[in-house]
Amino acid sequence: MDIKTEAFTKSLWVFHAACSPCNNCDIEILDCLTPRHDVERFGIVLVGSVRHADVLLVTGVPNFKTKETLKKLYSQVPKPCLVIAVGSCACGRVMFRDSYNSPCSVDEIVPVDAYIPGCPPKPEAMIAGIVKLIVKARSKK
Amino acid sequence: MPELFFRYLFFPGFLFSAVVGLLAVWLDRKVTARLQWRVGPPWHQCFMDIVKLFNKEVIVPEGAKITFILAPFLGLAGVTLLTTILGRSLFSLGAGFGQDMIVVMYLLLIPVLALIIGASASGNPLASIGVSREMKLVLSYELPFILAVITVIIKTKAINLNAVLDYQAVYSSCVFSLSGLLAFLVALMCVVAKLGLGPFDISEAEQEIMGGVLIEYSGFLLAVFKIGKAILIHALSLFLIILFLGRDLSPLFLILKYSGILVAVILIKNTNPRLRIDQALRFFWGKLALLGVLAVILSLLGL
Repeated sequence: MDIKTEAFTKSLWVFHAACSPCNNCDIEILDCLTPRHDVERFGIVLVGSVRHADVLLVTGVPNFKTKETLKKLYSQVPKPCLVIAVGSCACGRVMFRDSYNSPCSVDEIVPVDAYIPGCPPKPEAMIAGIVKLIVKARSKK
Repeated sequence: MPELFFRYLFFPGFLFSAVVGLLAVWLDRKVTARLQWRVGPPWHQCFMDIVKLFNKEVIVPEGAKITFILAPFLGLAGVTLLTTILGRSLFSLGAGFGQDMIVVMYLLLIPVLALIIGASASGNPLASIGVSREMKLVLSYELPFILAVITVIIKTKAINLNAVLDYQAVYSSCVFSLSGLLAFLVALMCVVAKLGLGPFDISEAEQEIMGGVLIEYSGFLLAVFKIGKAILIHALSLFLIILFLGRDLSPLFLILKYSGILVAVILIKNTNPRLRIDQALRFFWGKLALLGVLAVILSLLGL
């Protein structure tokens, strides 16, 4: 493993893209930053600007408005960048599948690297998902 | 000539101060984490961040001027020169020149100017809000900071960094007198604002204007800004040591003073919520400027 990949996977800066979620997943995401789980141990921090991000974290089912926003956001992230779908909604739209205001799922808009299902997923599940994502990113390069 | 380049690029210039500065940034993150009962990042985290940023894509927004790319390097060059001058007078005694304290005061403004130039060239509305706040913040903290420096100048009767150190070596550190203590407190608050930390992170305000002045920067341009900020932390700690704590400069005491100043800055950062820009202006021009004037008067009286 070269220093590039090592540095990339040890310092993931996360931009939180909320695509019309119900806020449950967002609360659990903030749980990851609290003393009990503290993901800053692994160099993971939330950033304010999408230009600083390495990971686009998507929650919720995109509707007609957030679909365009998500597309734009993905084009604004400096590459290489990873995308995580957090929550059952972002993974597979669950009960909003046939809804009138749900045009498509997240992975039809942007290429998703990791799916973390759950309604909402526990912080432990998210950390497990991030570990899998890091393993994947390291084996890819 | 090669000696000059060595000093500028390696010790005590760019390389040394960047490494120490990035460790200081790590100390900031670690102490912050411990105060919040977290574990915090490992010591090499900031180096990892920089290496990662150098391998990222650089996005230059449409309509941005050439100054968008040049500004980070302007800031880095200025702050490196600053840290070279400060490090030379601290680590090798007798290496100062003329009235170098005035040069230092000017050089301290260059990173801020670079930030303002770069952010306003990006053409982002949130960045322009950040720029306007940054400019007001500079105007507000410069007055008390200059008053604090003037106090030291009056006390030691010197505008030369070496003469200041010599005075303190003969008598005692400036901070152990009434006027010196007041000036030190004033300067410490100004340093917090200069670093854009703590209650004065108004121009970056992650939750409010999404990184403000840095919002459009990505890849190695952001990394250059981050290194510049790290070197600035290092330089300001050295400047405070020279001005106020210059008596015993043996390595152990130097490290203790250095980390003591950093921890004080970090504690101020973590125990105060962000101020609005008008509150910050009132704080600096009101209370702190008064304290600064008081320190100047006391030093004129010889206290």
